[in-house]
Amino acid sequence: MPELASVQRKIEPTTSTAPLAVSVRGLWREFGEVPALRDVALTLHGGETLSVLGPNGAGKTTLLRVLASLLRPTAGEVSVLGCPLPRESWRARGRIGYLGHEPLLYRDLSGAENLRFAAQLHGLQGDATGRIAELLDLVRMSRRADELVRNLSAGMVQRLAVCRALLHQPELLLLDEPRSHLDPEAAALVEPLIGPSPERARVLVTHEIDAGLADADRVLALRAGGAVAYEGLASGLSAGDARAIYGGAP
Amino acid sequence: MSGGRDRGPDRGRRRGHSLHAFRAILAKDLRVELRTLQSVPAMALFGVTTFVLFRYGLDRTKLSGGLAAGVLLATVLFAAILAINRLFVAERDEGGFDAIRLAPVDGTALGGAKAAALIVYLVVLEAITLPVFALFFLDSWAGLAPVAGVLALADVGLAATGVLVSAIAANSRARDLLVPLVLLPLLIPVMIAAANAAEPLLAAQGPAYGGIGKWVGVLALYDMTFIAVGFAVYDFLLED
Repeated sequence: MPELASVQRKIEPTTSTAPLAVSVRGLWREFGEVPALRDVALTLHGGETLSVLGPNGAGKTTLLRVLASLLRPTAGEVSVLGCPLPRESWRARGRIGYLGHEPLLYRDLSGAENLRFAAQLHGLQGDATGRIAELLDLVRMSRRADELVRNLSAGMVQRLAVCRALLHQPELLLLDEPRSHLDPEAAALVEPLIGPSPERARVLVTHEIDAGLADADRVLALRAGGAVAYEGLASGLSAGDARAIYGGAP
Repeated sequence: MSGGRDRGPDRGRRRGHSLHAFRAILAKDLRVELRTLQSVPAMALFGVTTFVLFRYGLDRTKLSGGLAAGVLLATVLFAAILAINRLFVAERDEGGFDAIRLAPVDGTALGGAKAAALIVYLVVLEAITLPVFALFFLDSWAGLAPVAGVLALADVGLAATGVLVSAIAANSRARDLLVPLVLLPLLIPVMIAAANAAEPLLAAQGPAYGGIGKWVGVLALYDMTFIAVGFAVYDFLLED
């Protein structure tokens, strides 16, 4: 088992020449007196995937919510798609797709109604119907699209949440354990939709270390308490070193 | 504010999105209410039950003037609080706040849509309870139409203030207590002005219109003040 010392903080330059999708320097986020993120720095270019690893309480979801402009940083500089946050949140918001722990769907609306509502919020008008039908078809939810969300299984709701996050064709995808609630077949269905693409950057929070490393161009590993254990190219962190950050669990 | 005040073309584009968002949120709220009947039936039941209690419990077969206005407005006020407490439940419990904040829209769209939905609920409530009130307590129905006008002005004030307080309380654990505690004192001017405007309209000898202009003016001023306050702060209230 690798020693924790072998995964000390390590910032490596990226090799990409694409524009910066995310740039974070000296980010702190505190809840009351308790820091959830401590001096986090990262960069991510267009078309790249950043996997965020770390044990429970490491601040992964907090980081994602800061990047989505849902939480404001306590200190530090955060720029998303060229927009400094929180000052220019609005300019970034319509260009981010966020898939968090909550599906952000109203339980008393149907899946189709929820997606139409999301399309209206994002200002998609004429082309929204076709886009909604296409996405529902891709996640095989067309036949269940008119059922109330409260009557659907967690996996079906997650598939609808994927559609909601992708509806406006975001340039940056923020994914918090996107395969949760999905059976292998459903996970395979959504993978092409939320997988790597040269047209968008991705930040992927995951506990699946091997898959997370395989998917990623860059990795951010956080320790419990929100300090950075590693930030750099995915090739610079072995699965064993990543496991050590989780407290050495194999 | 977290979202930042954008200027120029961005501001215009955002406003355009926000109009779409206003319509979408209002339509969503009305659709959910029609489907679940969570607010309006409770409000109507409360209103009718209050009148039944006055009529049969206290054996009051006739009300007029200030007493009639007071009973009517107090009933509308407390029925409104039932709906105000529930205004942001779906946004809080089902992630609606986040969904709306992830879209390029003003927080004002959410506040405006919630206020408009509350006005619709109040109008439906009054369409049900006002005839019951007249049936139980009034000799003449001649004052009902102008009273409905006064109620409409009071509804705007209730909605503008109610949405503001409900949004502030939405993320508090004590929100059920916080809403009436903060809202009722804020609504005292609306209730005083509406009661004074409605009093001569519900006089035993038939409606009189002298002197109500001043109170209607106070109501309108209150409405405009809280609409302006809402426009100024909804965007801030939505942010972290």
